Amino acid sequence: MKKITISLFFITSLTIFLFAQTSKPSVENGKKLYEQYCLTCHQADGSGVPKMNPPLIKTSYVSGDKKKLVQWVLRGSTESIPIDGKTYSNNMPPQDYLKDEEIADILTYVRSSFGNKASAITATEVKSIRAVTK
Amino acid sequence: MKKAFLSVASFFILMTITNESCARSGNDTTITQTGTVKPDADNAGLKLPGGFGALKVTDGLGEARHIAVTSKGDIYVKLSALKNGKSIYFLHDANGDGKTETKTGFGNYIGTGIAIKNGYLYASSNTEVFRYKLDANGKVTNPDKPEKIVTGLLDRHQHESKSITLDNDGNIYVNIGAYSNICQEKDRVKASPGRKPCPILDSAGGIWQFKADKLNQTYGDDTRYATGLRNVVGLDWNTTTNSLFVMQHGRDQLQDYTDLYSMKEAVELPAECMYELHKGADCGWPYIYYDGIQHKKILNPEYGGDGKKTGGENALDPVVAFPAHIAPNGLLFYTGNMFPEKYKNGAFVAFHGSWNRAPEPQKGYFVAFVPFKDGKPSGDWEVFADNFAGEENVQPGTAKHRPCGLAQGPDGSLYVSDDAGGVIYRIIYTGK
Repeated sequence: MKKITISLFFITSLTIFLFAQTSKPSVENGKKLYEQYCLTCHQADGSGVPKMNPPLIKTSYVSGDKKKLVQWVLRGSTESIPIDGKTYSNNMPPQDYLKDEEIADILTYVRSSFGNKASAITATEVKSIRAVTK
Repeated sequence: MKKAFLSVASFFILMTITNESCARSGNDTTITQTGTVKPDADNAGLKLPGGFGALKVTDGLGEARHIAVTSKGDIYVKLSALKNGKSIYFLHDANGDGKTETKTGFGNYIGTGIAIKNGYLYASSNTEVFRYKLDANGKVTNPDKPEKIVTGLLDRHQHESKSITLDNDGNIYVNIGAYSNICQEKDRVKASPGRKPCPILDSAGGIWQFKADKLNQTYGDDTRYATGLRNVVGLDWNTTTNSLFVMQHGRDQLQDYTDLYSMKEAVELPAECMYELHKGADCGWPYIYYDGIQHKKILNPEYGGDGKKTGGENALDPVVAFPAHIAPNGLLFYTGNMFPEKYKNGAFVAFHGSWNRAPEPQKGYFVAFVPFKDGKPSGDWEVFADNFAGEENVQPGTAKHRPCGLAQGPDGSLYVSDDAGGVIYRIIYTGK
């Protein structure tokens, strides 16, 4: 019985450990992915392009609700939705081809760069948001 | 013989005097017209060729898009964001120092286009074109009740501005930009194929011609004057050739469709092109782009291109090809007498500045000049006025000023509007 308890404890710990490992977002990897998928439009410093591509610096979308932000990335945008009172004309392609971990890394990088100080987004969070996003 | 010699000599002396007095009176006229207009001590922060100076006429106008100058030297500015609830500003300089003391706003529709022709001020929103009757002093007589000339034009939020210009035969030309980068099934989505035929072209992606004096025209009353133009912001009627010239904003993101293009190649492709249009012209968008390095029309990768395959056999060739992505927003053929002879009938082009050259350094944010002779470019283009951005490593989001519109004053001054800092610049030739 004792043996089983120890084994169970060990297995549980290992599972939690592995889970934490895989779901911990990497800012470093996020930066690399940002440069590959986001930089062209949003620019290296996140300052965007006035009237065309929104900035990622201290906007309510970037630093606010995680679900809204993840859904914006998954769905893209083909409408002029105002961001902090300003509209932007270019369409954003859906980025739903990116893996949960990749989106988590990118958004964690964005939320902690360019002067932003918002919390990390995990792959688990992206996964659950993706599940309810059409 | 002696007599003959004297006659010839006196003829030459007379000629010389006449020429000198002409030259002097020419200079005098210039001085009188510019009054006490002097360049700012720092030339308004601009870098200009020798002999030119610049001043800030006014600032703080916000998103100052295109501009028009009256025969009295007053300025109308079209805004793409309301300032104190108004979208057009009338600027007046009462004391002749070149700085406008009064700003009067009217109109409540944002937009880009503005032009003066035959006693009317024309202005556009992103879906309509209006006109206002001007009095003998060039002032609008009906600021709250303009006539609606064109209505119901497409605005699908991408390339939405409706730039305008007029010819001498009672027609107005309106750009209707394509609401797409390259007419893919899914705009800007990697590997999404291009649509052929492109359905956007029936109502956008070209220049439409309307009557300048007929009310409430829309699609159906129009003539599609030219097609295959992704988006035009700068355009002007050339009175030497009696034809329309436009500047196209070339496609973005060549590297994003396939891996055929490296980032470095995509940064330098395609050229930003100047076209001379006649009725029925096709410039080839979305099927081809103009490669300014190979000097060829190349099939776009979304339509089966590989960077080498040519296409668009019936598409126009550009008149001038500029570097990629630098965003031409203003075009003006200079007909004034203030600037040296080299500038006469040549083209000034206001480049708003790039964003699609990242991560490479951005480019543009200047006014370029192309010399013309007999209606054709007679030399290479050159940077005329530079340093609008006012920063090293310029970024579109932080550039202090971005050139957008151009206009010529009655004395031959060149005016430049800036839709980032809301400055109106005036460039004058002083010879110093």
